[in-house]
Amino acid sequence: MPKVLILFAHPALERSRVNQVLIQGVGDIPNVHFHDLYQHYPDFYVDVQHEQELLLMHDIIIWQHPLYWYSVPPLLKQWIDLTLEHGWAYGSKGVYLKGKRVLNVITAGGGHAAYEAGGYNGFTMHDFLRPLEQTAKLCGMEYLPPYLIHGTHRIDQAGAEKARKDYHTFLRALGAGEVDPEELKPLYYANDHRILNPVK
Amino acid sequence: MGDTLLFDAMIYLSAAVLVVPLAQRLGLGSVLGYLLAGIIIGPFLLGFIGEEGDELLHFAEFGVVMMLFLVGLELEPRLLWRLRTPILGMGGVQVLASTAVIGMIAYFTGFQWNEALAIGMTFALSSTAIVLQTLNEKGLMKSRGGQSSFAVLLFQDIAVIPILALLPLLALGHGGGGEGGDGHGHGGGAMDGLPAYVQTLLTLGSVVFVVLAGRYLVPRLMRIVAATRQRELLTGAALLLVIAVAVLMTLVGLSPALGAFVGGVVLANSHYKHELESDLEPFKGLLLGLFFMAVGASIDFNLVANNPVLVLGLVVALLIVKAGILFAIGKSFGMGLDQNFLFSLGLAQTGEFAFVLLSFIKQEGILPGDSVALLLVVVAISMAATPLLMLFNERVLQPRFGTREKVEQSRPADTIEEQRRVIVAGFGRFGAVVGRFLGANGVRATILDNDSDRVDLLRRMGFEVYYGDATRFDLLESAGAEEAEAIIIGLPTPEQNLMLVEVVKKHFLHLHIVARSFDYMDTYDLMDAGVLHIFRDTLRNGVAAAGETLKLLGFRAYQVDRHAHRFLEHDTNALRSLAAVRQDEGEYADMVRGTVSDLEQQMKSDLGPNTYPRDYGWDSESLVKEFGEA
Repeated sequence: MPKVLILFAHPALERSRVNQVLIQGVGDIPNVHFHDLYQHYPDFYVDVQHEQELLLMHDIIIWQHPLYWYSVPPLLKQWIDLTLEHGWAYGSKGVYLKGKRVLNVITAGGGHAAYEAGGYNGFTMHDFLRPLEQTAKLCGMEYLPPYLIHGTHRIDQAGAEKARKDYHTFLRALGAGEVDPEELKPLYYANDHRILNPVK
Repeated sequence: MGDTLLFDAMIYLSAAVLVVPLAQRLGLGSVLGYLLAGIIIGPFLLGFIGEEGDELLHFAEFGVVMMLFLVGLELEPRLLWRLRTPILGMGGVQVLASTAVIGMIAYFTGFQWNEALAIGMTFALSSTAIVLQTLNEKGLMKSRGGQSSFAVLLFQDIAVIPILALLPLLALGHGGGGEGGDGHGHGGGAMDGLPAYVQTLLTLGSVVFVVLAGRYLVPRLMRIVAATRQRELLTGAALLLVIAVAVLMTLVGLSPALGAFVGGVVLANSHYKHELESDLEPFKGLLLGLFFMAVGASIDFNLVANNPVLVLGLVVALLIVKAGILFAIGKSFGMGLDQNFLFSLGLAQTGEFAFVLLSFIKQEGILPGDSVALLLVVVAISMAATPLLMLFNERVLQPRFGTREKVEQSRPADTIEEQRRVIVAGFGRFGAVVGRFLGANGVRATILDNDSDRVDLLRRMGFEVYYGDATRFDLLESAGAEEAEAIIIGLPTPEQNLMLVEVVKKHFLHLHIVARSFDYMDTYDLMDAGVLHIFRDTLRNGVAAAGETLKLLGFRAYQVDRHAHRFLEHDTNALRSLAAVRQDEGEYADMVRGTVSDLEQQMKSDLGPNTYPRDYGWDSESLVKEFGEA
């Protein structure tokens, strides 16, 4: 069974209704380890050794975060800067992450249409995620399409609960090996996978 | 006299020490244990106490005085107001209905109307001492039945004031007492020969005096005493306070218990409240025990033996009438069956006030001596029967109810204490910062401190601060340690801190402990005691000061910040390993040397460019080496 590591980065979780709902009980899903970065490193003092050990123990890495200014929150960037060391994560001796899969799980205030070419934000979600995609590739990891929860500015309680249900279904399937990462690759978003969209 | 005093003390204490644990072991509770001990050493079994038993009863009544003072302390006028519905509703109906029904029965069995009314009022009251003690012991105070019992008892305690004021008026043509001088002095000398209305006025006036003195005089006195920092003097002052009230009340012919209760309520808002509570608690406990023993000893078994049917009939009739009225009240106030049985059986007896009222009735000449003697026996037996009734309720009745209320859930909305999540013990330089930051985050803390000047200051500034020695179990208990989630320990000395940690670990294991330490050694002690969150006094501040200096010398601020973090981490780790091995002095010395050289090593390496291992990700040296030529 593939082991899933969620690296969760939200600097103000207490103000994010949707993220609070999304992560509720997420650590109870079999084979899924939930790691709350802002709870562990409020002072940005990332324990590199501990983080590297965690990475080694898992097969699928999830960066879960809100989209801030078309990018990750600062602690996640700090985490990338410090954890993905040359000679460990990349470079001729940096072989430890090879073959692992990584994807982003993103909450975005704007809707799907706002992230289309020529839309309100000018670029697609994939365009904004290019740096992460290349980061993964440099480390020899497979970068999978992102899992998107769009329109969180307007989402109501029922919508949040639905998002949570879908997300957890997805995670449970990932942890149980029921979702083949190969099947995700051609998709636009990971949540387009058939497990969340059964054929009528 | 001295010899007999010590001898008597020995008899009482040995009876208590032998019989009470036995009674508790048998599941009978301490109250019944004391009563049994009293009966055993009383004039009808071993005969260690003879005629002086009566006198002893009045001496031991002082335990009831103290208990009412403490009950009063628990009841700020504001909280009293919040509990007004159960107190006035249930209590009022109970006293009026019981007085009426018992009075009627007395009237129709041949007493005069004034005699009947006096009997009705006397027997309407229940025993605060026995009921509260038993409820506390069984942990039932917070159940619905317990709370209602408390409310009714409280109303009765208050009702004694008008009853005592009324009794002289019931004396009709008999004139004002004049027998006097029977040792305990209720309705004693000072007011002899005065007209009834003057007595009434004096009675009310003295209550007003107690209120005013409690409000303005006592806090000032306590502050002066507290400033001497002599523990025993504070205990002395607390005792003096209660005794003085008792003496004053006796002078004007009022029950000392009432005065003490009023004094307690007046002082409930003072910040010496918790201190007074913990000072008086052991005295109260012992005196109450003595009181219960005296009740046991005072049961006149000759009288019972001569009229067994009459005495027991009266007791049973009394219990049935009172329990019936209480049960009806409980039902109309929506109490569940199980709680109602606790409530109605618990309060069915007649209380210790009856001893006071009956001797007063005798002095006023309302009833003749032989009637009073009979009634006294009924009172004592009904009191002694209470623990048995409660036991019957607990063992026989309660198991029949499937839906036994859980104590926690049945707590009504208007309970006495407000919920406080954190206790801050010691509001010095450390505790003050802690309390302020907690407050800034909307977390209100109960603050304990024993610097009276500081308590005054903080009180004026609107903080909830209580005066007292935080290392005492009873003080912690009254400060709500049972309900709180965390305690922050920042007392002035390492010894006090450690003592408090031990008390908390022993009695309030659920509390998170966050402690301030002073030095390496007391930090080890706290670690050994199992404290997980220790904050060394000067550590962080020293590191911050050094960091600031480094910045002044030209170091990059973020580098200093990271190094400071690492330094603190290192220090904590070193401390942990040191704490584990410090028993062995030789090894300890080695470890200290090792730590110092280890630290030196690390700090030296910190000084080099890009050699900080934890942020190797920002290092470009290896990158240049691998990709530089390309």
